Amino acid sequence: MSTEHELTPSSYIEHHLSFNVRQVAEGGFWSVNFDTLAVSALLGLIIFGFLWWVVRGATAGVPGKRQAFVELLVEFVDDQVKGIFHGDRHKFVAPAALTVFVWVFAMNAMDFLPIDIMAWVYHHIFGQERFRAVPTSDINATFALALSVWLLMIFFSVKVKGLRGWLHELFCSPFGKHPLVWPANFLLNLVEYVSKPLSHSLRLFGNLYAGEIIFLLLGMWAATGLAGTIFGALLSGGWAIFHILIVTLQAYIFMMLTVVYIAMAHESH
Amino acid sequence: MNINLTLFSQALSFAILIWFTVKFVWPPLLAAIESRQKTIADGLAAGERGRHDLEMAAKRSADIIREAKEKAAEILAGGDKRASEIIEAAKAQAKVEGERIIAGAKAEIEQEVFSAKEQLRTQVSAIALAGAGKILGREIDAKAHNDLLEKLVAEI
Repeated sequence: MSTEHELTPSSYIEHHLSFNVRQVAEGGFWSVNFDTLAVSALLGLIIFGFLWWVVRGATAGVPGKRQAFVELLVEFVDDQVKGIFHGDRHKFVAPAALTVFVWVFAMNAMDFLPIDIMAWVYHHIFGQERFRAVPTSDINATFALALSVWLLMIFFSVKVKGLRGWLHELFCSPFGKHPLVWPANFLLNLVEYVSKPLSHSLRLFGNLYAGEIIFLLLGMWAATGLAGTIFGALLSGGWAIFHILIVTLQAYIFMMLTVVYIAMAHESH
Repeated sequence: MNINLTLFSQALSFAILIWFTVKFVWPPLLAAIESRQKTIADGLAAGERGRHDLEMAAKRSADIIREAKEKAAEILAGGDKRASEIIEAAKAQAKVEGERIIAGAKAEIEQEVFSAKEQLRTQVSAIALAGAGKILGREIDAKAHNDLLEKLVAEI
């Protein structure tokens, strides 16, 4: 890591939690977190390129190990979707779920990279002073995914039930059709529509952000000397192993919620 | 941790990735999986059919064996019957033949008896003549008494 300032615990953490921000235009909103975008796009390219490469050579006969692995993944996702979504899932929902699962998993998995070694790599090889490798610990990334899912949810709601049907549902469920309960219905639906993307994105973000912070805190044992460094390394190892569970589980939960939200949009009350 | 343009860029890449998966990743792999499932299902069905055929064949072969056994038993029974018939016929024939032989033998015996009698008759006349000659002590003129003798012979 870089050491042009005096190294204190707070500066250490602050440094690791700063985005590589590029200003695009004037104003607080018109900037991008270059690290988030670069890492997520790179992961997307690598993983979906890999999938595409495997799928292009896919055979209906005896599959190779690579194809069998991808098929396992696809069938796992397909199985999950089958239990929730009733309809032609192969047209959109299942592949979308696969995209979400694989991509979120890959972005979460960036958390396994050793933070300080990677900081050195970013600094000395790529010349980046600040760089955060875990896109899903950026609220922008998780909120973008959740918001996309939210839009899909509304899109499918309107597509399946029609605009009238959707508005009808907005005002007439869950309490009933009586005009007196319209405001209550609408308020409840509004809360639901607001809370869905928030809980969806914040759950993922919170888990990964917390994971990152714990790695940082454990990394600070290195400031206490050799014994502390070894102790911290052991703890970090343990946390990384436990983190495998979190990374996978959060990707899985994010995928399942995506499927559930889209499936709910297809069902009328 | 503030919201900025990253949100939209990220949403855009997400949309592109979903589109890519929907379009290029999912369908071919699903097609491969489904066609393999079909192959496996067909194979299982063929195996089941083969098993069924085998059962049928075993049944049919058992039927054929049973039929063959029945036929063999029938043939054996027929053979037995035929054999006893042949034996009966042979017996009857033997009886007839035996009777015929007996009859022939009887006739022959009768003839022998007859010829013996004839011979005896001629010899009797000679003996009688010799005896008479001895009795009379002289030669009887055979010629003179021939008529008498012949009459005697005829009487015997």
